[in-house]
Amino acid sequence: MKISYFPGCTLNTKGKGFDRSVREAMAALGVELVELPDWNCCGASFPLLVDNVLDLVGPARVLINTAARDNKLTTACTTCYNVLKRTNRVLREDENIRERLNYFVEADYQGQVEVSDILQLIRDEVGFEKVKEAVKKPLNGLRVASYYGCMVLRPPREVAYDDPENPHALDDLMAALGAEPVRWGAKAECCGNYLVARKPEVAMEMSYRVLSSASRAGAEVIVANCPLCQFNLDRWQRDLTLTHGGFEPIPVLYFTQLLAIALGLDPGGYELEKHYVDPRPLLESKGLI
Amino acid sequence: MSTVVSLEKYIHNDLVRRVEELSGQDLLACYQCGECSAGCPAAFAMDLLPSQVIRLLQLGQVEEVLNSATIWFCAACQTCYARCPKGVDLSRIMEALRELAMERDGDTLKHTEIPKEELEAFPQQAIIAGFRKYTL
Amino acid sequence: MPVKRALIIGAGIAGMQAALDIANAGYEVVLVERLPSIGGRMHQLSETFPTLDCAQCILTPRMVEVGHHENIRLYTYSEVESVEGEVGDFRVRIRRHPAYVNWDICTGCGICQEKCPKRVLSTDFERGMGKRKAIYTLSPQAVPNKPVIDAENCIYFQRGKCRVCERFCPTGAIDFEQKESFFEERVGAIIVATGYDLLPLEELGEYGAGQIPDVIDGLAFERLLSASGPTAGKIRRPSDGKEPKTVVFVQCAGSRDPEHHMPYCSKICCMYTAKHAMLYKHRVHDGQAIVFYIDIRSAGKGYEEFVQRAITEDRVLYIRGKVARIYQEDGKVIVRGVDTLSGKQVEVAADMVVLAVAMVPRITTRALAEKLGIEVDEHGFLVEADGNLNPVETNRPGIFLAGAGAGPKDIPETVSQASGAAGKVLSLFSQWE
Repeated sequence: MKISYFPGCTLNTKGKGFDRSVREAMAALGVELVELPDWNCCGASFPLLVDNVLDLVGPARVLINTAARDNKLTTACTTCYNVLKRTNRVLREDENIRERLNYFVEADYQGQVEVSDILQLIRDEVGFEKVKEAVKKPLNGLRVASYYGCMVLRPPREVAYDDPENPHALDDLMAALGAEPVRWGAKAECCGNYLVARKPEVAMEMSYRVLSSASRAGAEVIVANCPLCQFNLDRWQRDLTLTHGGFEPIPVLYFTQLLAIALGLDPGGYELEKHYVDPRPLLESKGLI
Repeated sequence: MSTVVSLEKYIHNDLVRRVEELSGQDLLACYQCGECSAGCPAAFAMDLLPSQVIRLLQLGQVEEVLNSATIWFCAACQTCYARCPKGVDLSRIMEALRELAMERDGDTLKHTEIPKEELEAFPQQAIIAGFRKYTL
Repeated sequence: MPVKRALIIGAGIAGMQAALDIANAGYEVVLVERLPSIGGRMHQLSETFPTLDCAQCILTPRMVEVGHHENIRLYTYSEVESVEGEVGDFRVRIRRHPAYVNWDICTGCGICQEKCPKRVLSTDFERGMGKRKAIYTLSPQAVPNKPVIDAENCIYFQRGKCRVCERFCPTGAIDFEQKESFFEERVGAIIVATGYDLLPLEELGEYGAGQIPDVIDGLAFERLLSASGPTAGKIRRPSDGKEPKTVVFVQCAGSRDPEHHMPYCSKICCMYTAKHAMLYKHRVHDGQAIVFYIDIRSAGKGYEEFVQRAITEDRVLYIRGKVARIYQEDGKVIVRGVDTLSGKQVEVAADMVVLAVAMVPRITTRALAEKLGIEVDEHGFLVEADGNLNPVETNRPGIFLAGAGAGPKDIPETVSQASGAAGKVLSLFSQWE
């Protein structure tokens, strides 16, 4: 199948390794991601004031551009997914805002595009069974903590395609790849999000709570689905070894990096070397790279 | 934080009304169960618990809330909203409060204040979202 | 000529009370119960608040009285199939499920249950805390004390071989060929006493969605407390059978939550939670009981005193705030809550958690109400003709309400309403001279 793809700002720059793993893994699963031409930033956070129409112009424009070519749009950055999905919902349900936005952007968009997250697409369009069959290098014995963060779960009615309190789609995918998903308490706890821009120490502590929960559950690696989660969880681990006694660093990968590796793809372009906690020794020890 | 509350502020308080207008939330819908505070992942950094923010607003104490650090530590993760038995979207209230505080005091994030090495390391979305939340 | 007989649907404490009141006044009662035994929810309880009476001890004599009463015709393991007619002359069709046991010749000796090789988790009466056999009675005090075969779990019904019960039955009462049977009854008035259920734990995602073995509901805890329950009254947590040293009780689990669950207060949870915490402390002296509450609603005779006794005498720690999340870690159940009074988040690593989940009507109430031509509200509770002045009547003449099927009620209130409904029926009968 073919589907329109929105990389978003981060995957186009700092998250190139994520982007490449997504494109290659999806191609291997028979899904052609067609990058949306002339895309713009979604705004990186859903505006929460009642009068948010101006802030919705960016994501609305993305949806309107999509509608000219496709009725489906997928993205791998879960923040983009969250913003686009919620904006689309507003466009569908709020006639007043819809009219104003269409007027600004000179369009006639009714919210017809279906926005999906790449994990949702893999689950619903490819199917984990098919993924399992396509595995060339099973992640045997790798104890993975699947981290969902906030963006694909909350607010549940607006964005969740999984159980918002006990999500399992990512665990199911990891199990299909032959990994051993661990049961842990912090899989849907916030990493600190944009707090990192103003108070990194708070984001750091929030991330610590996620990381330590994964470690206590016996995980060897955490998989993330959002570039900001990945960064927050990964970035401060050296500092955490100094501030939190007994803290042991744990690599944080994008789930698509593991997916691609399990599908037998060459991870050379996935920028594994750019992760703050080097995941390569672990992957090497498991015979995966 | 004073331990004395003046309820004269309560009945006609335009600021409270503005919080409700900006956020679209009914402050009196909250019955103070505390579930938002119980589950907030950033509460350790806050001087007021999320439910206390609403309570003070119910009492008309907007100034105290605008002076609190709590509103800057809400990460809009929406854990509170997902679980609130009354459907109060507290992250929208926090956004409204940040808006009012910045109308009063100006932006709270300047790119010159972010160390250069962090600015280079941050994913783009952290910077964009940060400036959207911490500047007018 | 109107028929001076009454149909009572549901033989919990409400239906039993109404039945005895009417029967003792000299009129015939047809009492229909869905389960194989009468007794209802109260039959599952350990002790009752605020007096800590042993529930079985005060209930079973009444169950026996109902079972033997010459004016009460009991249809257990039966349901009302249809109702026609109107006040003074209702014609009722009753369907009795096949017990696969001929109760007319069964003596209730219990050998069949002893010999049956198939053990089944008792999800209904024991709330998953204990097991029963594929041929079973709800409890040793069941009325009637006659077993039924659960065909879904019976080896013979599933695989065509076994028949151990039949081999050992001294009176030849086992009847694998038994079919459901139908009965017709004429009555002049009806009391609906269908009772309540609890919101399933699966609905409560943030509290583990029923997937954490040591997170149980209040009725399950009653079974652990009950001297005649699966642990003989010893507090043992389900996962490993160990005695839990820290038990957290969470009130308002699914109640007062219009956004996700039930908007109403379930009314009984504050009191039974205080009782649970208290009884836990009586059983486990070195244990810690912690109650998370939003408000304590203890309006009732002796109720507030009871709660205060739990706090001061039994040293139960009350924490004001709703729990946000419960999850498992390292063999513990982690409870994340808040104490809004001190303004602090609270985290407890508990051994077991008891959720005071919302009371909901029986799922079958709606369909029954349709057959009876009476109303249910948006949640499925039966609707009174007037909440103020006609709290036991429905909008249909001759049909009355009793108990928690019409909204959350505790035992005293249920019994009062049941006697009220019985009084209404008797008053009707006395007008038909």
